Amino acid sequence: MVRILWVILFAISFNCFAAIDAYPFPDEQLQQRYDGLIAELRCPQCLNTNLAGSDAMIAQDLRREVHRMLLDGHTDDEILAFMYERYGDFILYRPRLGAGTLVLWLGPLLLLMFAGFVWFRLARAKPEVLEINTEEQARLDDLLRDSDL
Amino acid sequence: MTFNKSLLIPLGVFGLLVVFLALGFRLQDPHLLPSVLIDKPFPEFELQDLRQPDQLRTLADLSGEVSLVNVWATWCPNCLIEHPELLRISRETDLPLYGVNYNDDNGKALGWLARHENPYEFSIVDDKGTLAIDLGVYGAPETFVLDASGVIRFRHVGPVTPEVWRETLLPVVEHLQGMSDG
Repeated sequence: MVRILWVILFAISFNCFAAIDAYPFPDEQLQQRYDGLIAELRCPQCLNTNLAGSDAMIAQDLRREVHRMLLDGHTDDEILAFMYERYGDFILYRPRLGAGTLVLWLGPLLLLMFAGFVWFRLARAKPEVLEINTEEQARLDDLLRDSDL
Repeated sequence: MTFNKSLLIPLGVFGLLVVFLALGFRLQDPHLLPSVLIDKPFPEFELQDLRQPDQLRTLADLSGEVSLVNVWATWCPNCLIEHPELLRISRETDLPLYGVNYNDDNGKALGWLARHENPYEFSIVDDKGTLAIDLGVYGAPETFVLDASGVIRFRHVGPVTPEVWRETLLPVVEHLQGMSDG
C-alpha cells in the first residue's frame, strides 16, 4: 500500500515540475532560495498563480531574472524589491504594509475584534425573566402535579 | 415589547457585506494592475534598433518632447487590432511614436511591419524582455505616455482603440504638451 502511494506521489510531483524550465545552480542553497522566491512571487499575467506554477511568457522571463539575480549575488530582499518596484503590491503574495494594503493587514484583526465584541455582548446579556403572580404559580403547580412528571 | 438593539447587528453586517461586495465586483477588469511606474523616469536601456541592427538605442533617443512608447509583438493579436489606430496617430499627429518589440523574432517583426506598415519612428529590439520587465509590462500591447523630460506620465494596458485615443490618451498628451509649452 505504502509503495503504491509512493508511486502516485512520485508521478504527481513529476507532473508538477515537468513544465518548469530547469536552471542550473552551483549549490543547493541557491536552488532552494530560487524555489522559495518563485513560489513567493505572483505571476503578473495570471490572477492567482505564482511564478513557479505559471507557463506565461512573463513568468518565464521573471524566473530567468530571478535566476540571473541570484547568480549575481543579490539578496532575497533585493530581488523582491526589484519586482516590487516594477509590478507593485500585486506581485508579492505577502503584500507590504502600506496605505493600499492596510485593509488586508488590519481587516482580519478588526473582524476578530468585532466578533469578540458581539460574543461579549451576547454572553453578558441576561436571560429574560418573566414574573408570574401567585394565581399563575398555583395553576402551574396544578399542571405539574397532574402531568405525572 | 421593547425594541432589541442587537437585532440591528445582522443588518449592520449585511450592510458591510454589501459595501465590500460592491467594491469587489465593480465593473473593473481584475487583470489591470495598478502601475507603480507613473511619474517615474523611463528606465535606462541600451538595445538594438529593429531596422538598423548596427545602431544601439538608448533613453536619450526618447527624450525631448512628449511621446508615446508602444510595446508590441507579432505574437500579440491585440497589437494587430490597435495597429490601424497607431498608423492613423503617426500620420495625423506629429507626436513621436516609438515601438518596443517585446519577446519577438526580428525576422518576423520586420515582416510584420512590412506587411502592415510601420507607424513607429523606430522600434527597440527587446527580445529578452528586459526593458519590458523594467517597465512592469505583463502583456502586450501596452502604451506609455512620456513627458518632454522622459518621465512616464500615463500607461494604457490593452489595445489603443479610437475611443481610448480620443477619451484617454489624447487628453493626457494635450495636457502634457500644454505644460511643456507653458
